[in-house]
Amino acid sequence: MIRILTTFFAGGLFGAGLLVSGMTDTRKVQGWLDIFGDWDPTLAFVLGGAILPMAVAWNISARRARAVLGNELPGKPGVEIDRNLVVGSLLFGAGWGLVGLCPGPAIASITWGGIGGVVFLLAMLAGMVVTPAIRTRLNAMAAALS
Amino acid sequence: MEIDWIWGLVGGLMIGLAASWHLLVNGRVMGASGIVGGLVDRTGWSTWGERVAFLAGLALVPLLLKPLYNVPVVTNITGNMVAIVVAGLLVGVGTRLANGCTSGHGVCGISRLSLRGIGATIFYLLSGGLAVIVFRHLLEVI
Repeated sequence: MIRILTTFFAGGLFGAGLLVSGMTDTRKVQGWLDIFGDWDPTLAFVLGGAILPMAVAWNISARRARAVLGNELPGKPGVEIDRNLVVGSLLFGAGWGLVGLCPGPAIASITWGGIGGVVFLLAMLAGMVVTPAIRTRLNAMAAALS
Repeated sequence: MEIDWIWGLVGGLMIGLAASWHLLVNGRVMGASGIVGGLVDRTGWSTWGERVAFLAGLALVPLLLKPLYNVPVVTNITGNMVAIVVAGLLVGVGTRLANGCTSGHGVCGISRLSLRGIGATIFYLLSGGLAVIVFRHLLEVI
């Protein structure tokens, strides 16, 4: 039960930060990506502001074996920049630029984003449902080519 | 407009503190696409309760804070439904294929100097910038 509350708090603070920072406004996100238009630097401050405390947190976590609630802390990240990482990130970026929403802000703004926000979220969930099949197909294609 | 960067910094710090809390208290990496994706493709059903709790906080707390603003809070999302559906599918497939989005690879990955996180961020920034050039300036559909 305590984990449910502490996790709700994490999600809530994340959502509050997305609202305060302006990242639920698709115009600000697209303004950041629009380097040849009316460029908006806000997102750099958001990302920088978020990385600062998190870098400290990773340092603390490296010196501890367990989280406060007792479970093991995440291990070292993978180092391989593989095909799925590159292809997936390129696809994600294209959708992000096209409409200006990524998963966090899409969920945080779902109550006031209107029909467009709902349709975006449903399409995103549909994409997530079919991804395991796409991944299998991509891996099979790569295996056939190599 | 002039003070937008201050709010960006304040909101960014809040996002970073949320990710820090999620790591140090709950022992989890705060990645939005992974938390929701594990629910829809069933890979994360063993931890469904905490995933739902995270998503409930993410959707409900901004709704509660919204009345504090003396200006309307809007997403300014395009009215082009074809673009919305295509973008949603791309974001869903792309983040799951890459195993992370702006929060997991961006915030949590870069802050621990993860090669994969930095690599992913470079690729989605490049393709996001290209998408705006193509769809806003060349095709003028957004």
